[in-house]
Amino acid sequence: MSTPAPTSHSTAASTAAAPSHTPATGTGTVKRGLAEMLKGGVIMDVVTPEQARIAEDAGTVAVMALERVPADIRAQGGVSRMSDPDMIDGIIEAVSIPVMAKARIGHFVEAQVLQELGVDFIDESEVLSPADYVHHIDKHRFTVPFVCGATNLGEALRRITEGAAMIRSKGEAGTGDVSEATRHIRTITAEIRALAAKGEDELYLAAKELQAPYSLVREVAEAGALPVPMFTAGGVATPADAAMMMQLGADGVFVGSGIFKSGEPAKRAAAVVRATTSFDDPAVIAEVSRGLGEAMVGINVADLPAPHRLAERGW
Amino acid sequence: MSGYLDPGPRIGVLALQGDVREHSRMLEHLGAQVMPVRRPAELAEVDGLVLPGGESTVIDRLTGLTGLREPLREVIAGGLPVLGTCAGLILLAERLRDGGPGQETFGGLDVTARRNAFGRQTESFETDLVVPALEGRGADVPPVRAAFIRAPLIEEIGPAAELLAALPDGRAVAARQGRVLGLAFHPESTGETRFHELFLQVVREG
Repeated sequence: MSTPAPTSHSTAASTAAAPSHTPATGTGTVKRGLAEMLKGGVIMDVVTPEQARIAEDAGTVAVMALERVPADIRAQGGVSRMSDPDMIDGIIEAVSIPVMAKARIGHFVEAQVLQELGVDFIDESEVLSPADYVHHIDKHRFTVPFVCGATNLGEALRRITEGAAMIRSKGEAGTGDVSEATRHIRTITAEIRALAAKGEDELYLAAKELQAPYSLVREVAEAGALPVPMFTAGGVATPADAAMMMQLGADGVFVGSGIFKSGEPAKRAAAVVRATTSFDDPAVIAEVSRGLGEAMVGINVADLPAPHRLAERGW
Repeated sequence: MSGYLDPGPRIGVLALQGDVREHSRMLEHLGAQVMPVRRPAELAEVDGLVLPGGESTVIDRLTGLTGLREPLREVIAGGLPVLGTCAGLILLAERLRDGGPGQETFGGLDVTARRNAFGRQTESFETDLVVPALEGRGADVPPVRAAFIRAPLIEEIGPAAELLAALPDGRAVAARQGRVLGLAFHPESTGETRFHELFLQVVREG
């Protein structure tokens, strides 16, 4: 989505004079580039090297290393933080695909540590306890790319302004109830369509209402899409859930508790991967949905008291 | 370049995973008709094929599950023009180092590729390249800006293939064997159109 408009020759007229042979790391192109390479894929929560290998064998594009899956965070309560570096090292060692890890909202030192450990992507995540109730991390200061959650377009644009290279609709993590994921991706895509339909002179007010910079609002209105990939997360538990998210316009899917809290994780993981690729082919989705064993039991989001809803963290 | 009488070549983009949209957009801009390829039957309808960037282990696995692997090997061996970038280069390499568990390639490009040769994402970079094919076109030719995202490297080029582009230190990052082009980087991410133009020229020459 962030591809610059192709021109008849190379993009940057400004580079025509002096070739720049010094490699530049951590540029916007390089950070958003990794997000683009993950599109059409499944990113899976894992808590051990063994789970990471199961996820890699199942065909996931990346793994999310964390100490407790959201369902357990929910059950056990308490403050939830960045994982132990030893645990993250173990997962980096176990697989050859990209490894992501979560930092608390606003906790820029946890993010510095994760970058130092060599994780490929940081999730500034509402699933952990927030460390700052006012500011998110200034993600431009990092070489490693970030993904951030959003429940609506304004929130997504504020995260992109702070430097997020990928947006993930939040859903309600650790429930196995896909309804919030549906609501969030439908909200964001509907708001983008509404923005694209606005007149040029209406975009100033739109920027004010979205609490996002006018230049970014205008870019989204013109493109009819976010400038970074948008994945979806929070409650995806079955192959059909994943395919529905893709049909609703997601670029890819995060699955968490739904895999390793189910009867046959390896089989379910592979089935979710296949359904994400063949999201528009009901025959394939039917085939991979057979005999997956017991799905995650789950919690209905409607039964969750408001203070326990993770999606409301972040602003 | 394309008019009412020339609908443009039909280019398939392998659409199992990766940056399919970026390639599609660039090819459409250059006058091609683009169609996603997810099923074996769709291969018969295209004049050329792009293997996009993505996670090569995942694309390899999905070509097995979708029944595309053998048909892809056959059309590539049969002379279908193919452009592969990053993961696509890995899929085309005759020999692969540091592949994932059980990872296979289609072959078609006589090179040895090393997966993730530059390290983790914090080592990913963009830079200007040395491209022999573009040299001698005058001083006003803009340099090739290339993005390397957890990229592979071409460690050896066999006798059937030739160097297409190198890093300033000489390491090979693109190679060609007849109608097969493999790039370790992502011209589709930086708006660099010349490699896609070269590919479409190969397709038009048939």
